[in-house]
Order: sequence, then C-alpha cells, then structure tokens
Amino acid sequence: MENYILEIRQLNLFFGKKHALKNINLGIPKNKIVALIGPSGCGKTALLRTMNRMHDLNPEVKTTGEILFDGHNVLHGNTNPVQVRRHIGMVFQKPNPFPKSIFDNIAYGLEINGMRKRENVRDAVERSLRCAYLWEEVKDELNKSALELSGGQQQRLCIARAIAVEPQIILMDEPCSALDPISTAKVEETMLELKQQFTLVVVTHNMQQAQRVADYTAFMYLGALIEFGETDKIFGQPEHELTKNYVQGHFG
Amino acid sequence: MRRRLFWDRFFEKSFSLSAVLAVLILGGIFGMLLYNGLRAFGSIAPGYFFSLAEWNPAAYTAPSYGIGAMLTGTVLTTLGAMVFAVPVGIGMAFFVSEIAPPRARAMLKPAVEMLAAVPSVVVGFLGIVLVGPFLAGLFHLPNGLNALNGAILLAVMALPAVVTVADDAIHAVPHTYKEASYALGANRWETLVRVTLPSCYSGILAAVMLGMGRAIGETMTVLMATGNATAFPNGFFDPVRTITATVAIEMGEVPAGTPHYFSLFACALVLFLLTLIVNVLAERITSNLRKRGQ
Amino acid sequence: MMAKKHIQLFGIASLVTCAAIVVGFLGLILFDLAWKGGIVLNWEFLVRYPKKGMTEGGIFPAVFGTAVVTLLATALAAPLGIACAVWLQEYAPDTPLTRLVRASIRNLAGVPSIVYGLFGLAVFVEGMGMGMSVLASGCTLALLTLPSVITTTEEALRNVPRLLREGALALGATRWETIRAIVLPAAVPGILTGIILALSRAAGETAPILFTGVAFYSRYLPASVFDEFMALPYHLYILSTQHHDPVAVRPLAYGTALVLLALVLMLNSVAFVVRARHR
Repeated sequence: MENYILEIRQLNLFFGKKHALKNINLGIPKNKIVALIGPSGCGKTALLRTMNRMHDLNPEVKTTGEILFDGHNVLHGNTNPVQVRRHIGMVFQKPNPFPKSIFDNIAYGLEINGMRKRENVRDAVERSLRCAYLWEEVKDELNKSALELSGGQQQRLCIARAIAVEPQIILMDEPCSALDPISTAKVEETMLELKQQFTLVVVTHNMQQAQRVADYTAFMYLGALIEFGETDKIFGQPEHELTKNYVQGHFG
Repeated sequence: MRRRLFWDRFFEKSFSLSAVLAVLILGGIFGMLLYNGLRAFGSIAPGYFFSLAEWNPAAYTAPSYGIGAMLTGTVLTTLGAMVFAVPVGIGMAFFVSEIAPPRARAMLKPAVEMLAAVPSVVVGFLGIVLVGPFLAGLFHLPNGLNALNGAILLAVMALPAVVTVADDAIHAVPHTYKEASYALGANRWETLVRVTLPSCYSGILAAVMLGMGRAIGETMTVLMATGNATAFPNGFFDPVRTITATVAIEMGEVPAGTPHYFSLFACALVLFLLTLIVNVLAERITSNLRKRGQ
Repeated sequence: MMAKKHIQLFGIASLVTCAAIVVGFLGLILFDLAWKGGIVLNWEFLVRYPKKGMTEGGIFPAVFGTAVVTLLATALAAPLGIACAVWLQEYAPDTPLTRLVRASIRNLAGVPSIVYGLFGLAVFVEGMGMGMSVLASGCTLALLTLPSVITTTEEALRNVPRLLREGALALGATRWETIRAIVLPAAVPGILTGIILALSRAAGETAPILFTGVAFYSRYLPASVFDEFMALPYHLYILSTQHHDPVAVRPLAYGTALVLLALVLMLNSVAFVVRARHR
C-alpha cells in the first residue's frame, strides 16, 4: 500500500440542495502527482477546494465525511483552516499575483508565517523562485511589479509564492488553462521537479497533460469518483465503461 | 500562531463595534426626529398641522402651526424645477451616452460632476445677484425673489443627479438591442427613441426621483432666493417659503421644549420621510433593473 | 410628412441644445464668479481680517474656520466610516439584516442637510453640552458625510477581485492579515477619493453649521474646539442676505463665493485625478 499523505473518507458536499460530491473515498500518495480529470461539472474543482477548506468562504456549502491529514481531520469544526492552508497550498486557474513587487509577493507569505529576518526572507525568495524556474528571468528585477510579468511568468510566481511557505501538498486548479503552450510546458516541467519535495493534486481538463505529468489519475463524473489508479492504467486499460468512454474522447 | 489568531479576532471585534456604533448613530437621527417630531402632535392636531392654516408659531396670542403654505411652496419649487430639469437632464444624458464622440463625452462627464459640486449657498447667491434681477427685468417685478427663481435654481442643483443616473441607465441597455435596430434599417434617432429609450424607462424614472429628492431637500438655495414669505403663494411670481427654509430660519430663535421647538422637528420629520420615500422608490427601481439584467 | 432625415436632425439638435444648456449653466456660474469676484481676489483678501463691519478687508478667519471644521469632520467620519464599511463588506454575513443596514445607510445619504443641522443643535450643542462650537459643527458635518464615506469605501472594497483574497487565504493568512496587506491597500485609491469628496461636501455646506457653531463675526480665531468660528459658506450667506448694506459688500460676497467655489473644485479635481490614475 502506498503511503498516503491525505485520505478522503466518505466525503459528501452540498451546494445548498445540490449534492455536488457523492461519497468520495480517495487516498493521495505522498510525493506523487495525482490528476483529477472528468467532464465539466463533475466536481473536480469542488473536491480540490475541499482539501484546503476554501469552501469556508461560501456559506451555502455543507460537507460531511473526513479528510485525514497528518492524523487530523481537515474538515473538523475545531481544525483551524489557517493552519490547514499553511500545509496545503493552492495555485489557481487564473494567475493572481498581488499588486506588489515580485519580491513582496513571496515575502508576504513568509512574513505572516513568522519569518522576520531579512536575510532569511531573501534566501527563501531566491529558493522558491529557483524551484519555480523563474529565478533566472527575474533575479535582477525583484522590485518590479508582479503585474508587469507575462501570464506564464505570473503563474510561476504564484507557484513560487505557494512553495515559499513550505506546504506539504500543493493543490493546482487547472494551472495551465490560461497559459500559452510554451508557458504550459514550463509549468509542467516545474510540476515534475516539485514532486520530489511536495505532493501535487492537479485538476485538469487536458488529458494529454494528465498523461504527461501525473503518476496517478482520478476520473470523476457527476460528483462521484468513478475510477482511481496509475495514470497508465486509467488511460490504457480502464476498468469502468464510463472511464473508457471519457479517455477515448467519446464525451468531453 | 496564537498571536495571529488574537489579532484576527481583535480586529474582527473592532470592526463590528464600529459598524454597530455607526448604525446606532445614524439610526439615532431618525429616532430623535421621530421622538421630538411626534411630541409636537401632543399639542398640535395633525390635521391642523397639514392644513392651510397660517404658520405663525411665534404669535403672541394665538400661535398657529399650519404648514400647508410651506408644503405648497416646497411642491411648487420642486415641480417647477423638475419641469425644467427632467427634459434637459434626460436630453443631455442621451446626448452624452449616445451621440457625443468619445472626446466630448470625456469632457462633458467631468463638467456635470463640477456642476454637482457647486455648493448650494453659491447657487443661492447667484439667484440673488443674477437670476433674480434678470427675472425682475423680464417680468416687471419688484424683485426677482420668488418661486420661479427658486425653481430655476433647484433645477440647476437637480440636473447633475438626473444626468448621471439617466446616463447609467442608458448605458445599461444592451448593445444587442441597438444593433438589431440598426440591422433592420433604422437610423440613429429612431433607434434612440423607439428602442433605447423604452428599454430604460425605469432607470430614467429613478433618475427623476433622485433629482426630485435633491430638490425637495435643498435649504440654502431656496432660503436665499425665494423671498421667504409665509403666505400662501398664488403663482410662480409670488414669494414662497419652503419647509427647509422654515426650519433653517427659525431653528436659532426657538427655545427648547416649546411646541414651536417640537413643531420644527415635525417639519424636519416630514422632510425626512419625503426624501426617504423618494429615495427608496428610486432604489427599488434601480435594484429591479439590476435583477432583471441578470 | 417630414423626411426621416429631418426628424433625426431636429431630434439630435434638441439633444445638443440640452447639453449646451447644462454646460452653459456651469459656464455662467464660473464666468460670473470669476469676473466679478476676480477683482477682489488677491493675496490680501485671503490673509487679512475683515474690517469696518465687513465692508472691507479680507476673509482669512472664514477660510481658517472652514479648513478647521472640515478637517475635524473628516477626521471623525473617515475612521468610523471606513471601519464600518470594512465590517459590512468583509465580515458581515449576507442576511436580510445586513442588506437592510446597507440600504438604510445608502438612503441616509439623501437626507436634507438641514435635518442633520437640527439634530446637531438638539444633541451636540444642547444635549451633550458642547455649545455652539467647532466641535459641535464638526460632529454634525461628520454625521452628514458618514453615509457617503461608508458607501464609497464599500464600493472600493467590493472592487478588489475575489481571486486576490483567495490567493492570500490559500497561503494560510488570517482574514485580518488578508484585509491589512492585500485588500485595503488595493482599495486605497477608491477610499481616498471618497474621503476627498466628503471633505469637499463638508466645506460647502451651510445648513449643518448654521446653529451649531458658526458666527458671522468673531474677533479672534477659534482657540479651542469649543469656540465659535467663521466659515466661508456662512459668510457668503450673510453678506448677501442679512448685511446692513448688501450692495456695498457685493464685491466681497463675490470674492467669498469665488474662493469657496475654487476650494471645492480643487478638492474635486484632486479626487478626480486620484480616481483616474488608478483606473
């Protein structure tokens, strides 16, 4: 059995009356990349956002079940979402750098998590920018506004920002869908490097991308988890009929 | 971590406290008005208050508290102002949003904002030194301080409100309606009158209501330019006194706790309710617009 | 039957006329004040005290008084208004109660200024015993501008994209840390615009200060917030309506009007620039 860093058990999610996630049971293996695929509306983003308590922002959402991380239930009322998000980070579909300098974008996360000394901050900023393959491009312009970067660079900055606080898991919600092919390639390269240090869960509607980067793939349909397994198996010899139809492009 | 959570909770509490304070204070205004205004009706019959009886609260023998004449004054000046401000304001709004080239629009919108910024006392001043003598000369009156003067000045004050809100309403009309009209061979004017205008009737109505609210509540302008006679006006060339002016004039001389004192609060209450109703109606209309647009 | 073309021409001409009328009003106001007020306007006018029963001299105390009471009003209204708006926009749940509160505040912005004046007289001057003073007028003006500060701040906060907030929260920031470092800084231009506009409104208002602290003539500048003060709008009002010799002081009245208008327009222009630069 793989070593699971995150275990989702009997997860159900309701948007008001709508039953959006139906009894999900899923284990996320450590230091691997897991792709969540499925047609629009299948619940993959909803599932992703449950893992770091982002649904707290929406009063209409109710969840039942557990998500076990490091011995604690992420979804429990007593669990502090601020702590959860420190350890489970997120990169969004549309790059969302703060309207600050490149340096300050990354420094922000470090400062609120207690890093005071300037040298430590500078080192951490450099480390995360290197990890995100952005250092060479911006090292001389760290004080430039992040908004002046290209879309692909902004997204890599957001990845660097997320890495800087040293989470254990990084959730990525269609991180390349707003990017051009070259930037996409760079981000995918970053993702493959990142898995040495982190565990990645990536929502993607691009099946080729899933095959390129993911070790494991989960296929979802209408709020339920249909099949989960090694990527090669899901795409090569899927067990479930629905999975087979989806990966062969019969519906999208 | 504990410290961070402490500050988080601290600021959350501080912000909610300020909100409660602000709401209490603002609500207190209404409460105080209501309390003091209703006390007036302890000694003055409401029917009498709203009647055409004379307003002479300082009379030694038989003080009377009828606001009918002043209500008429308010109505006259406001309606007069609207008669002028509505067509001109809506006309300008259409010009700015549909006809004017972008550069003209970029200059006209700030011009309207500038007009909106002119303090009411300055407008009143111009009513005394400019419009008044002009009216006096034109119509052979002793001086130009009358309801007509007040109406013109109030129109100037209400215009920016009408223009701005009407402009927003016209902008909210979807492009597709206009494109469909052009595609059928209609020209600009026809599209404007027969497609765009009907699509934003409610927004225009809201603009008118807001302008009216502005006119009803104006104090200094009418105080300075309408002649301040408490007698019932027989026409636009008669001097009038509005409710706002009455409160402003008598506020300083009235001893606290007297029926006169409370009657002023009753006047203020009437004003408050009038403007509240007008504003709430306008708000209802615009929020319905927004809901339908979605 | 007129050709469609002619109708269109006539229609558009009438719209142009409407615009011309409005612009004409503005031009008339500016021109008349500049022309007749400009002759009195010089440095002396602004820094000297009035003399000989207001028929000569300058209007310095009125300028000073307006500045002081306006700044006081803004200093009172801005922190409270911003804090209230932050709570409404960032913390308050979307219940019918909060919607009612929001709507009430918005409607209070349309209440006639004389109503605030009456309230100020009853509560600040008499009830709380401040007497006719800078403080009472400042509080009254603060109340007057409070609703609009709250509304414009709320809108500025609303315009900060949701994605920015989520980005901060996803890093493990608390709500306050998100507001402090991300939301508020992004909303500053809008908030600043609202405050400057409130300043401008307070400077031009007469009714709220009428019986809460303004005087037509006081020998000295207000030494403390409990003293009376002179103010530009009130000065203009008295000069043009209740002075014993209105014709003689007409030029001074024009000068006062010009100074007041220039002050207000200057503040509005600053607000306009702040808003435009951050669009």
